Amino acid sequence: MSDRGHLEGEHFMSGDDACAEGAISAGCRFFAGYPITPATEIAERMSDRLPEVDGTYIQMEDELGSMAAVVGASCGGVKAMTATSGPGFSLMMENIGLGIMLETPCVVVNVQRAGPSTGLPTMVAQGDMMQARWGSHGCYSIIAVSPDSPQEVYDLTIKAFNLAERFRLPVLVMTDAAVGHMYEKVVIPPLSEIELVPRRRPNVPPEEYWPYMPDDDLVPPMANTGEGYRFHATGLTHDEQGYPEMTAEAQDRLVRRLVEKVERYRDEIIEVEEDSIEGSEVVVCTYGITARVAMIAVERARQEGIRVGMLRLITIWPFPQDRISEIARQVKAFVVPEINYGQISLEVERSAAGRAGTILVPHMGGDVHNPETILEAIRQAVK
Amino acid sequence: MEDKHEIRLCGFGGQGIVLAGYIIGQAATVYEGVNAVFTQDYGPEARGGACRADVIISEEAVRYPYIDKPSILVAMSQAAYDKYIVSVREDTLVIIDEDLVKPTGTISNQLLSIPASRIAEELGRVAVANVVMMGFLAAATNALSPDAMRKSILASVPPGTEDLNTKAFETGFDYAKAKAS
Repeated sequence: MSDRGHLEGEHFMSGDDACAEGAISAGCRFFAGYPITPATEIAERMSDRLPEVDGTYIQMEDELGSMAAVVGASCGGVKAMTATSGPGFSLMMENIGLGIMLETPCVVVNVQRAGPSTGLPTMVAQGDMMQARWGSHGCYSIIAVSPDSPQEVYDLTIKAFNLAERFRLPVLVMTDAAVGHMYEKVVIPPLSEIELVPRRRPNVPPEEYWPYMPDDDLVPPMANTGEGYRFHATGLTHDEQGYPEMTAEAQDRLVRRLVEKVERYRDEIIEVEEDSIEGSEVVVCTYGITARVAMIAVERARQEGIRVGMLRLITIWPFPQDRISEIARQVKAFVVPEINYGQISLEVERSAAGRAGTILVPHMGGDVHNPETILEAIRQAVK
Repeated sequence: MEDKHEIRLCGFGGQGIVLAGYIIGQAATVYEGVNAVFTQDYGPEARGGACRADVIISEEAVRYPYIDKPSILVAMSQAAYDKYIVSVREDTLVIIDEDLVKPTGTISNQLLSIPASRIAEELGRVAVANVVMMGFLAAATNALSPDAMRKSILASVPPGTEDLNTKAFETGFDYAKAKAS
């Protein structure tokens, strides 16, 4: 990849713009989407930027088509993404499932707004976190990350592309309207300093290639369609050659691998940010914009003499359950503020497994928390 | 520069309030090398209604990105003034476009005014009222580096309007200096 069109340097940029630039830096050369607030700026910027780097931008008829086109483009050998918000995310679920079944690397960005349904189109929420995990039918593992600043949107969009290629699956960037529309400085490094994971190519002659024969790490090498390798793609349960095999045995072999290829590498995937957890009696565990709001409450609690730590989840799925389980042995409780009525708090509670309490600080969306409500929960936690 | 400035710009949609917030944030981060975060009120009713742009400028990293009570409030319409004046403190510096805002009912004891829209019209385009106001803001406070602002404006305005915008900034800047002397 040449440096042409790479926007190296310091910029004052929104989270949405940073997402588009992260994609361009990662080598994304295909975007199919349908504009929706508060994700529209990503589509807008990609429509400007992709022609400059010989990429393709398509505005599709809807989000079903968008996701289908992204899966198709990736099968053709191009790094591909789409960006949407809640209502569009719902429509994409079917073909995200296809992407998982076909093991197609791609990136789906959800700039979350308040739902259900069309909800509050311009206003923030974090209500799609469980949908990200379980929204498509059937059994699978997924990877999702959650940035809290435009810089991190840039960084994590690149990481999402890398994880998608490494593990061959759609990776979700779960940001929100507040981060998407917030402007801060974004530093874009020289292209030579950005680490990119290349697609794992077949290491056998075309006639010997089986598209779903995994390597030892459970991830199969991937031939691009049209290169002469035999490639059969189906959403049906298939064997290692890609042909439908309608048996419980084939289902077990395939689906177990789809789950295990992620779960076995949890440690490689999971990223969290910790602040003063050692010696704390309560830990605030949150993500995205809410982490920045909670920090005020944490500082005020410390001024009151409460020993409080902060665990910011950067990777949401797979869930950092092992670290939370460890922390649960030393703290009285976790305080989990999130802009929904309790989603990630359930995972924290599950991971803590009764060794520490979990206090949810819910918010229905449309705004961020008042830091005072988080502070009050911290005070309750140490009582 | 003082350690931290919390600037709230407000007016009606179409006055370039949001662009002003962007230009100020870009000046601080890219051209002056300090931290800034810019957030905006974003709604379907933005055009014509009261809109706002909040910029926090700080030597320290800014974690909490929102403004509770601004240290500077710039109001360019009556509706926006009425909506946001309740957010000020006693020591908030309130700056108004004096032809468009009657400054009533405020607890702030610091008020400055400039006929920014009238000056912009005299320069040839009312659209640069926001830039006149930024010039005034850069001269009347220590929140912004004037040189960084000049660079940021030139990097942000449409090609062909550089001279007009530079003139608008300098006119607002000189107006504040003349008023203070």
